[in-house]
Amino acid sequence: MLNYKNHSEKISLIKEDKLSLRENVSFFLDNIKRNSNLNAYNFVFDDCLMQTSSIEQKIKNGSAGKLAGMVIAIKDVLAIKQQPLTCSSNILRDFIPTYTATAVQKLIDADAIIIGKTNCDEFAMGSSNENSAFGAVLNPVDKSRVPGGSSGGSAAAVAASLCDASLGTDTGGSIRQPAAFCGIYGLKPTYGRVSRYGLTAFASSFDTIGPFARNVEDIALVLSVISGYDEKDSTSFRTDVPDFITKLNSIKKFRIGLPKEYFAEGLNEEIHNAIFEKVEYLKKQGFEITEIELPHTEYSISAYYILTTAEASSNLARFDGARYGFRSKEDKNLLNMYVNSRSEGFGNEIKRRIMLGTYVLSSGYYDAYYRKAQKVRRLLKQDFDKAFEKVDLILTPTTPTTAFKIGEKTSDPLEMYLGDIYTTSANLAGIPGINIPIGKDKQGLPIGMQVMANQFDEVTLLSVAQIFNLSE
Amino acid sequence: MDSKYEAVIGLEVHAQLLTDTKIFCGCSTRFDAPPNTNVCPVCLGHPGVLPVMNKKVVEFTALMGLATECAINERSIFARKNYFYPDLPKGYQISQYEEPICEHGKITIELKDGSMRDIGIIRIHMEEDAGKSIHDQGSETLIDVNRCGTPLMEIVSEPDMHTADEAYLYLTKLKQIVTYLGICDGNMEEGSLRCDANISIRLKGETKLGTKTEVKNMNSFRNVEKAIEFEIERQIDILEEGGRIVQQTLLWNADQNKIIPMRSKEEAHDYRYFPDPDLMPVIVDQKWKVEISKMMPELPEKRRDRFIEQYSLPKYDAEILTSSRDLADYYEKILTVTDDYKSASNWVMTEVLKNINDRKITVAQFPVSAENLGKLIKMINENIISGKIAKEIFPEMLSTNSDPNVIVKEKNLVQITDTSEIENVIDGILSANPKQIEEFLSGKDKVIGFFVGQIMKETKGKANPAIVNELLKSKLESKREK
Ligand SMILES: [Zn+2]
Repeated sequence: MLNYKNHSEKISLIKEDKLSLRENVSFFLDNIKRNSNLNAYNFVFDDCLMQTSSIEQKIKNGSAGKLAGMVIAIKDVLAIKQQPLTCSSNILRDFIPTYTATAVQKLIDADAIIIGKTNCDEFAMGSSNENSAFGAVLNPVDKSRVPGGSSGGSAAAVAASLCDASLGTDTGGSIRQPAAFCGIYGLKPTYGRVSRYGLTAFASSFDTIGPFARNVEDIALVLSVISGYDEKDSTSFRTDVPDFITKLNSIKKFRIGLPKEYFAEGLNEEIHNAIFEKVEYLKKQGFEITEIELPHTEYSISAYYILTTAEASSNLARFDGARYGFRSKEDKNLLNMYVNSRSEGFGNEIKRRIMLGTYVLSSGYYDAYYRKAQKVRRLLKQDFDKAFEKVDLILTPTTPTTAFKIGEKTSDPLEMYLGDIYTTSANLAGIPGINIPIGKDKQGLPIGMQVMANQFDEVTLLSVAQIFNLSE
Repeated sequence: MDSKYEAVIGLEVHAQLLTDTKIFCGCSTRFDAPPNTNVCPVCLGHPGVLPVMNKKVVEFTALMGLATECAINERSIFARKNYFYPDLPKGYQISQYEEPICEHGKITIELKDGSMRDIGIIRIHMEEDAGKSIHDQGSETLIDVNRCGTPLMEIVSEPDMHTADEAYLYLTKLKQIVTYLGICDGNMEEGSLRCDANISIRLKGETKLGTKTEVKNMNSFRNVEKAIEFEIERQIDILEEGGRIVQQTLLWNADQNKIIPMRSKEEAHDYRYFPDPDLMPVIVDQKWKVEISKMMPELPEKRRDRFIEQYSLPKYDAEILTSSRDLADYYEKILTVTDDYKSASNWVMTEVLKNINDRKITVAQFPVSAENLGKLIKMINENIISGKIAKEIFPEMLSTNSDPNVIVKEKNLVQITDTSEIENVIDGILSANPKQIEEFLSGKDKVIGFFVGQIMKETKGKANPAIVNELLKSKLESKREK
């Protein structure tokens, strides 16, 4: 068992010789084996044990990086040099990159221990982690249920104590939704806050990388390490990275908005009630709560699926069997090679989205779909800009339901897509959002509350999450 | 061409930009590297890697825009042109579509009759090149991705040209501009300049455009002219026979001098252009624009006019000397050694250009340095050698690029200008040839040539011809008086 609450406690224990980093990493490795039925990991790096003595040394002599000894799992869409990068897809099953994603490199440079690569929906497309060439991931809270997706492995690994923290990616809710289903914290940073270099693109203008952890301090700590401008990613921002940790406890009386569109029909009543309980708590603490409007919310799912599939159809064109990755044995001529390699290599959800994305970009349809969706995206952003003139934070449910059964929604993609109803807007607008675990429903399934802040205002986001972290 | 018809021609020209590194990664653009060595995860299109804009590409393209009087858009965006091909690693080409960097310019050409015509430029945009597929190595197709990500600039003209000759002149002018700017080497044969033509015909006086065809694969200036001529004739023949022009893409086959249609399957592309989300808009603000315009070299017309003015050259000379930036630079380098502008011009236009054309080399490859040619001209002007000796030692300069002073000294070719020395020689020749003196005295002036020849033979051509002529004449005349 783990006898520390967060990373700073872990460091203290190591310094005081009350915790051996080697034993700690061994515990995680054993725990991964014990829980192999969760299927949270695609690859486990057993040899990470070898790093423990030098890092422990560094911790004791004070020369260690900020994340020294933090055991972190990486979603298998992020490149680590000389380690497989499969994106949980057969088309990349044997691909070994020659480069490391900037976000991962920053973890390594801060002396974190990378313990393995986690399972996810293929190319991060999905909301249940059932679309994986490595098989479905089970929810540690209830193994008959999905952990959410697409970063289901990263969420399950943290929830089941198979690591200290993990990195996931969030294109339309893929960090926040599995965090909600698994009952942990998961943060989607502002678009541009964390370099996307080395992240296999799903939808480039939506994709973000963020942390999962069991406490807010570790979320803040990991975020502070992976953030920052990167010359290898032109869409990363040249803004200063605040010290998220020291600002955690500088809690002011924020103004919080409740968008009425997020509490309309379709929301599970238990989730609704749990959130309003927390709203009452915040009111009592002296926070100003107001109802706000985000009038274009109803179009967000449509705009999201048009734009992300359009980008995906282009981003995934490189997987054609010609130069690397899977190539079909039926490759008599060029067309055969393309058609068969992609037909055999991609799963159904990928094919569905490539077809959808190709369609909305086709001549004659571009204006009706892609261009119109871009317009919706701008309008939605304006909704948020207006809202943030009145409030500092927006509070909503993360998901309309708690974790559903494995197989429950696989036959109905549309119903699966509608599960993203509360999370896609933050990606359309590029703003940060966090899932805060706020309790459980009658079946014992975790309930998540989402808080969103204005662009680059993760400080405010984290400090409100910290209120709940401390009240636990 | 049948006088009833008028052709309407627009050209799309791709120019490879002479940057050291590729457009979106740090790989070298050297074209002679072994296959698949100038590559990295970015230009190989590996998962997760991202393009980063090379600022030089923006500067070069904007420079071309300024040189062709285009508006430089403060904001331009990159787009993805999606299509599958094995030498296109990402499955899309990063290009510009809506909102290119330069628009609405012109290139002025001088027609054969001396009149000037403006050919409009619709747009100039930046894009990346694809790799090369090699199909002739057995049954497999090989791919070389070295060229992937080499920066290209596409210049799209208005359909303002009406003859193959005008298209040729436009292309020549365009090459002259890019080479003057130093942004492209302009070599069509090696593919650093590529040209596609959109061609249609209509009855003269008609304002509506006819159905156009696109002709590709014309890999030399002459081929562009020939292919366009061919296509115009082909279209006229079809119309004359009561047929209809089909909109299609055609390939010029230079070996057979004919045009063949591209398979319709290959051209049935829907490129699904959309803004590239990996790249920020390119912002060329006023400050950057000013910096770029400071890089603008003197362009051909300006330089030609300056040559006429500053060096008192005939327009003909100035035109030829400024036809390429390298040649004009060579000429002006000669002038750092000698100020005999006209002689320098004559030497460049005759000996230098003849040699360059005969040997099919470039100005840069021409073996005699401008300094040494300048020295040679100076030696003539200072009567150290005669023009004749100069022409004689030039071949040696071509093979060794030696300093002409050294050659002249080594071979003892310094001109004899000492009158007493020349007088001695003349006296000797005259006394040895009394018969020819008689002939002269009897009125045969032609015999002077004989004497000059003998004197030059005796002095191995080194005697100063003017002095020889003068002394010889006075000596012969003095014999007449006796
Ligand atoms: Zn490269």
